[in-house]
Amino acid sequence: MTAMTLSEKILAKHAGKPFVRPGDNVWCNIDILMTHDVCGPGTIGVFHKQFGRDAKVWDKNKVVIIPDHYIFTADVMANRNVDTLRQFVREQNLPHFYDVGTDRYKGVCHIALPEEGHTRPGEILLGTDSHTCTAGAFGEFATGIGNTEAGFVLGTGKLWLSVPATMRFVFQGNLPPYLMAKDLILAVIGDIGCDGATYRAMEFDGDGVYALDMEERMTLCNMAIEAGGKNGIIAPDRVTLGYVDARNKSKIAYEVVKSDPGATFMVEKVYDVTKMQPVVAKPHSPDNKAPVREVQGTKLDRAYIGSCTGGKMGDFRGAAKILDGKTVRIDTFVVPATSEIARQLKTERIGSRTLEEIFLAAGAKMGEPSCAACLGGPADTFGRLNEPMSCISTTNRNFPGRMGHKQAQVYLASPLTVAASALTGTITDPRDFVG
Amino acid sequence: MGRIILTPIITGKAFVLGDNIDTDQIIPAQYLTFNPSIPAEYKQFGKYALSSVPPSQAGLPQGHVPFHTTDEFVSDYTIVIAGKNFGCGSSREHAPIALDAAGIKAIVAEFYARIFFRNAVNGGYLVPFMCKTRLCDAVCTGDVLEIDTAAAILRNKTTGEEYRLEPLGEVGPIIDAGGLFSYARQQGMIKT
Repeated sequence: MTAMTLSEKILAKHAGKPFVRPGDNVWCNIDILMTHDVCGPGTIGVFHKQFGRDAKVWDKNKVVIIPDHYIFTADVMANRNVDTLRQFVREQNLPHFYDVGTDRYKGVCHIALPEEGHTRPGEILLGTDSHTCTAGAFGEFATGIGNTEAGFVLGTGKLWLSVPATMRFVFQGNLPPYLMAKDLILAVIGDIGCDGATYRAMEFDGDGVYALDMEERMTLCNMAIEAGGKNGIIAPDRVTLGYVDARNKSKIAYEVVKSDPGATFMVEKVYDVTKMQPVVAKPHSPDNKAPVREVQGTKLDRAYIGSCTGGKMGDFRGAAKILDGKTVRIDTFVVPATSEIARQLKTERIGSRTLEEIFLAAGAKMGEPSCAACLGGPADTFGRLNEPMSCISTTNRNFPGRMGHKQAQVYLASPLTVAASALTGTITDPRDFVG
Repeated sequence: MGRIILTPIITGKAFVLGDNIDTDQIIPAQYLTFNPSIPAEYKQFGKYALSSVPPSQAGLPQGHVPFHTTDEFVSDYTIVIAGKNFGCGSSREHAPIALDAAGIKAIVAEFYARIFFRNAVNGGYLVPFMCKTRLCDAVCTGDVLEIDTAAAILRNKTTGEEYRLEPLGEVGPIIDAGGLFSYARQQGMIKT
């Protein structure tokens, strides 16, 4: 047997082959297909056109539908699209639907998937969203696809995938309190460029990674796509299995897969996290990296704390620690990724106050769990940049127009840096507030 | 979808863009509420294609060239020339759809972001060619181009220059079939 990387091993197994090498095109059996309100209606349209109006999906237990993008809006078309999902779910009798306006509503799909037990080591997860690679944090092969491909998977349970060569990023040492996973991944993207991992797998490794909790690992893998990566992936450890087993309600069996000793990595980069510093990605690209110290003082109009890379409990704990007892100087929007996180913000406390109370007392505005302004959306979207303003944001992408207005200037940063900047109204190093 | 897009000759005027043209520039997120599987809405994507490209970067080398001239839905340009990493960002299939709805038949870029490339190929919307020469520095918006698809050659009829394109490789048969579904039917993977 020739040694394979984690991503190669998962693809080989799902293609029924003993061995695959980078560049091979293989047909894989898919474990989970996820879609949402933006790409779901198109996917359903493809499925009906190609397989017939009465066709049934290949396996209803493997289809997960999570409306999350354009939810709290008066936009008629956006609401029509959620109705299209509802009708399909009824026709197909799909069990895994997290509908708006019900107790099951979740919010951002990439965080909802693991919370609801749809992410497991060794599996292949495909989703109609480029940040589907988030789930690689759970030791699975997860990547984004289009409507046509998703329609094909709905009918067949299969898709052709090219086997990517793997780039390995090793983080050594324990993260200092002023850094978060967002700083690590922005540093990587800045180093290799927003096309530096195109058609590649990005495997994250090292004691610095295994010291992170699952939320932080998700932030690392989420932004693999911002370097053009096909997937981000982290081998499972006890932390992974602890999370997965607590959420795997149906007790679905899974296989823990790791890269073989001697597997070939096309690139290996090693980072000492103790020597890294808070960074931002300046407008208008996630690879436009600058140390916060270099751009501190840059005037801002708005701060945004939310999305799949900035709207999780760890993100809010970090932000709340800085905002506690202080007042923001600029409009600050706080958007929990999911309803579970929104509930936890009302109960978890620092001292006598809940995190939500800390945010509100600091003068921040709280939004409903969803993707909200991360990708702009309809004009009435909470926090959307409708003017050519300057915003520091915990989101993951800042190409022109991403958060709304084409001329808006978006700086990407960690929740710590965004919270510190909200207090001063200028880009601010979190080390000015935390040790 | 399923129609033949790989005609022997693709010809028309070039619209030239630079590097890292991401999916938000190709089709801004606010228009994703249209459902591309409804024909009347598919057409709308053509209207907003490339509408978030910064004006100075639209229609190189001079920039500030409108992509739509005589028709609000369909462009007069047929071939997009671009630099590196075309289509980076989101997985939205609306991106190749918008270009298709606007009348674009082929793109020639240095290389593509992978999801955009797969969507273009699997959806059978347009042909994503690659060229080792940095054509976005060599071709001007408005030049008349001719792509000989079998020979993988691009001729600039305006300047007389000729460029070799990369072979389509393993995705060639899928493009030739007109997309993933037509290909899978040809291969007997799915029943008609």
